Amino acid sequence: MAAERRRGHGIFSGGVRWSDLHPATVVAVVFLLAYPSFSSDFFTVQIGAYSLILGTIALSLMMLAGYGGIVSLAQLTVAGFTAYLVAILGDNSVGVMGLGWPWWLTVPVSILGGAVLGALIGAIAVRTEGIYTIMITLAIAVVLFFFVRQNYVIFNGWTGFAGIEPPTLLGVYWRDPVPFYYLSLLVAGFFFCAVVYLSRSTFGLGLQAIRDNPRRMRALGFDVALHRIFAFFLAGLVSATAGVLLVWFYGRVSPGTMGVEGTIDILVIAVVGGLRHPIGPFLGAIGFVLLENFAIDLIDRERFNTVIGLVFLAIVLFSPDGVLGLWNRIRPRLRFDRNVRPASGRAETDAGDHPAGVRESTS
Amino acid sequence: MRQFIERHTFWAIVLVLLVAVFVWLIFAVWPPWLVDALGRKKTFVNTLFNGVTLGGLYFLVASGFTLVFGLMRNVNLAHGSMYLLGAYIGYDVAEASGSWFLGLAVAFLAIALSGALLQILVFRRMEGDDLRQTLVTIGLSIVAADLMLAIWSGVTYQFSPPEWLFGATKLPIVSVVKSSGAAVYIKYPIYRLTVLLVAVAIGIALWLFLNRTRIGMMIRAGVNDREMLSASGVNVQLVFAVVFALGAGLAGFAGVVGGTALSISPGEDIRYLLASLVVVIVGGLGSVTGAAIGALIIGLAEQFGLAYFPTYGVVLTFLIMVFVLAVRPQGIMGGR
Repeated sequence: MAAERRRGHGIFSGGVRWSDLHPATVVAVVFLLAYPSFSSDFFTVQIGAYSLILGTIALSLMMLAGYGGIVSLAQLTVAGFTAYLVAILGDNSVGVMGLGWPWWLTVPVSILGGAVLGALIGAIAVRTEGIYTIMITLAIAVVLFFFVRQNYVIFNGWTGFAGIEPPTLLGVYWRDPVPFYYLSLLVAGFFFCAVVYLSRSTFGLGLQAIRDNPRRMRALGFDVALHRIFAFFLAGLVSATAGVLLVWFYGRVSPGTMGVEGTIDILVIAVVGGLRHPIGPFLGAIGFVLLENFAIDLIDRERFNTVIGLVFLAIVLFSPDGVLGLWNRIRPRLRFDRNVRPASGRAETDAGDHPAGVRESTS
Repeated sequence: MRQFIERHTFWAIVLVLLVAVFVWLIFAVWPPWLVDALGRKKTFVNTLFNGVTLGGLYFLVASGFTLVFGLMRNVNLAHGSMYLLGAYIGYDVAEASGSWFLGLAVAFLAIALSGALLQILVFRRMEGDDLRQTLVTIGLSIVAADLMLAIWSGVTYQFSPPEWLFGATKLPIVSVVKSSGAAVYIKYPIYRLTVLLVAVAIGIALWLFLNRTRIGMMIRAGVNDREMLSASGVNVQLVFAVVFALGAGLAGFAGVVGGTALSISPGEDIRYLLASLVVVIVGGLGSVTGAAIGALIIGLAEQFGLAYFPTYGVVLTFLIMVFVLAVRPQGIMGGR
């Protein structure tokens, strides 16, 4: 895994050559792997695992927004819906539904169900473009939130479900702090690499081309709508898997899990982190979770949203590419000694991320 | 209108029939089989009126939203916050001065001013960058919602409008004829009817403003071709500021009107934002007429959903939205 991570960062740091590899990448991977050994349970789960889960959900948004140019506000809805499916198909302690399927059936079916919901949302949303997509996905998210809140037969209304347990497998109870952290890390790492891979695959390149010029791609014979819907499906897979972790993390699920506040939080995380590279959402998530837990020491607990909103506003106003954009702007000033390529050019477009040969082979 | 009838004769006929059926349902005394099928006439007529008045309220909120979008391509997701802020400011002024109308006026002006400031200080800096503008409005709505919670806390407020707006009036609609032969008329709150009247008046005023004044002409020209408008010597930035102020002011105005009809509490901002979104998606972004049609449809759907299938009223709204998107992605009156 470490090797794959390095490659991911290789793109981030400006090229695909191994010699370009930044020592910071290795440090980051080692740190992530060794993290539970020196942190308390609270830091392992509430900060570490939770950041990874939120980061994975935000990753699905980043992948749609960064590569597809589609800002979907319904990604948390997909995760929440999957969480509900886990509670409905598996076991819960509420006494409503709970079909009692074994975990190896519940989890894949739930993830698939979530991804299909994502694709359905996509099918509705791709009929429109750009700014409309935000509005429509927001409307869908709010309506589904109200739906699960009103439906008592299947979704148990206001209360939702409680007592949802991860399986005990290989003699390990996966809710325990350290195993749960590694499970989250595995999922996050896997999808991180998958998204990096996707961005260079034929499909990913097609998606980016559609983002840049849908009309031209349509003229070239690409099915633009189908590409976008499939992107929604893939993003749904990412988000749905995170949704399974989310329900195991909380042990319960309620309409609030997929409420508007949460939806906006995911957007904040993705945008603050940066929508240009898969590492962005994770940076955003770590910042968000740290702020959420420790803002209480700096300001009144009640005013957390003001702080988050102001940070978000500052990022949007002054660094549209998020923290990553800031980094790209500062970096040339820090590296006087090297033969530096202009960083601004890279910030403008993703073209620099791909070797020319790969791009040409698709057109 | 004539164009519409010529081009879509079938739909025009369907529409006329629908209206005729509704008119008959409202004014006729219902035969027993209809009562069996639909329930009491009183429920039906009340639901219908509730739907239409709610539609009026939605129109007040959504018209500003759609106006701003039509000209500036700026989806103002802080529109709900402006609604709520208008309601709170209006409430405070009305309580302090004892005049409901003063509250209404101050809410309109204050929110209009905040809208103009927003346009001049923030959106002018990022013209043409739709996504960033939208993100800024999301950030603003997060901060605004939290600050409003801090200032006005989570309490539900209730306006006290002037006396003569209180109470109910008898409508010239017979609900049932008693066995003694006396007719029972349907009663309806005056205030709700006033909301409807205000909405219609605002709608007509907007139409006149857009179609009969010089600045309205500039706005329409700007909607069609912004660059050409600025090239012909018009101060586009001023037009933008005016439109943004007007759109925001309408939201503040609707805040007081709607806050009086229902109540003010945190969370209303999201509710009205959602309503505006769905209304303009259904009606067509950027079209004031579309907003009126969309508001009427959504208002009716919501109230009928609430009365006849209470659990899934919201889902009915959603289905309408999906249906419109599937058949006509640009919305009923959407241009492009």
